Amino acid sequence: MSLKRTPLFAAHQKLGARLIDFGGWEMPVQYSGIVDEHLCVRKAAGIFDISHMGEVEITGASALEFLNELLTNDAAKLAIGQGQYTLMCNEAGGTIDDLYLYRLAADRYLLIINASRIDEDLRWIRQQHGKRSSGKQATISDRSANLAAVALQGPNSDAVIAAVSTEASIDGAECKTVTELAKNQIGKFAIDGTKAWIGRTGYTGEDGFEIITENESIELIWNKLLTTGHASCLQPCGLGARDTLRTEMGYPLYGHELTETISPIEAGVGFFVAFDKPAFIGREKLFAQKQDRTGRRTVAFTMSEKSPPPRPHYVVFRANSNDAPIGEVTSGTQSPSLNCGIGLALVSAHDLKPGASICIEIRGRRFAAAIVKKPIYRKSTH
Amino acid sequence: MSNVPSDLKYAKSHEWVRLEGELATVGISDHAQHELTDVVFVELPEVGRKVAAGEACAVVESVKTASDIYAPISGEIVEVNASVVNDPGLVNQQPYSGGWFFKLRPSDANEASALLDPAAYDAQIAG
Repeated sequence: MSLKRTPLFAAHQKLGARLIDFGGWEMPVQYSGIVDEHLCVRKAAGIFDISHMGEVEITGASALEFLNELLTNDAAKLAIGQGQYTLMCNEAGGTIDDLYLYRLAADRYLLIINASRIDEDLRWIRQQHGKRSSGKQATISDRSANLAAVALQGPNSDAVIAAVSTEASIDGAECKTVTELAKNQIGKFAIDGTKAWIGRTGYTGEDGFEIITENESIELIWNKLLTTGHASCLQPCGLGARDTLRTEMGYPLYGHELTETISPIEAGVGFFVAFDKPAFIGREKLFAQKQDRTGRRTVAFTMSEKSPPPRPHYVVFRANSNDAPIGEVTSGTQSPSLNCGIGLALVSAHDLKPGASICIEIRGRRFAAAIVKKPIYRKSTH
Repeated sequence: MSNVPSDLKYAKSHEWVRLEGELATVGISDHAQHELTDVVFVELPEVGRKVAAGEACAVVESVKTASDIYAPISGEIVEVNASVVNDPGLVNQQPYSGGWFFKLRPSDANEASALLDPAAYDAQIAG
């Protein structure tokens, strides 16, 4: 099967990007280099093509009720123009996807979903839609094939976005200018006359914006950001840096920390499961897991000694122990900011708190690591 | 374009060999370091280890992946480059000088003649 391409494919080629197969999409993994791009986002700003991600709109009088049954976070808390991180679970509490939910208008919601999960998400949403009374006045519209998106991330994002969009919002959050958007807010703005939804969010731990527009308009916006951002040291960044940036923050990546057999509680994102709202899919199982002190948990760690970078599936042991392994690494890399190995691991050990020692087995040798509190990288301390 | 020095021999698996007197110095090509991207960790064999041609004997890791490095010819490891362990970036910056991996004493003088000459290696990476 041939790889899918985003509307920015030609732009990536022109910039000399190295392209890889990412879940069936031919995407840039890097331009200048992963470490260089990573540090650029921490110090200045970067833009990422995230057009492969899916967009689904749910509209209608019962849209909120339907979404609140489908998703773990409380969608009723969203004012118009506000968004939240949330998860979609199966009855067993396993994760179907993690996503961003935006309320664009009174009865209009937008879901930003993982590229690799578009088909499975839609199958699940449609199946639930057909069998729930809350689905009766809710309409599902898959916009994934028509919409494209870029993420602008880094401390200079505010300056870059201010230079490309200067007018007041025309939909969503009411703002006199785009820089008035608060964290997690979304509004519709004009960029050189092109309309785009701009949300203040991201996947790097830095300030930033995600800009969503029609396929045919995205290259214009990408080029405008690159040109305007030059003065702010903006660089195009690939999925390699996106992964190291999110790992430093301890953010989960679907397929690694979250799967159909790993729940949000186990993955360490229980904060986004609202047990105080009406019933939702997976609630009972997730509540039981929250109470259980013997189940699996995801921990963040940093290597305590010089070692090869930790990688997914490396086995984790207690320190100074010949006992059986307690779990395995789900994400791991060499942190460009900290210059040491870092990662996330799914372990069966509730007594391991930040500061506790563990061992990671790498090619038959055990290396010492320490459990740390998330985020693994903290801006203020460096 | 990748740099392929004319005074070296190459393995299909992208290692280079510099024959000097009784010893052979081994590293990875400019093309290989470019493909691997930022090298963040290098693991070298122990001095005294006897390796066979084609045997995995070192590991080079980038942010994304770990890759084996193969002995291009058989022999005994007589020296390893501690500098590249301390500063893995040397593999990217100086693949043919400061970024060398190890030196070995060849056990079969004929093996080196089976390696690729610069023109053949150049053709391989162009293809």
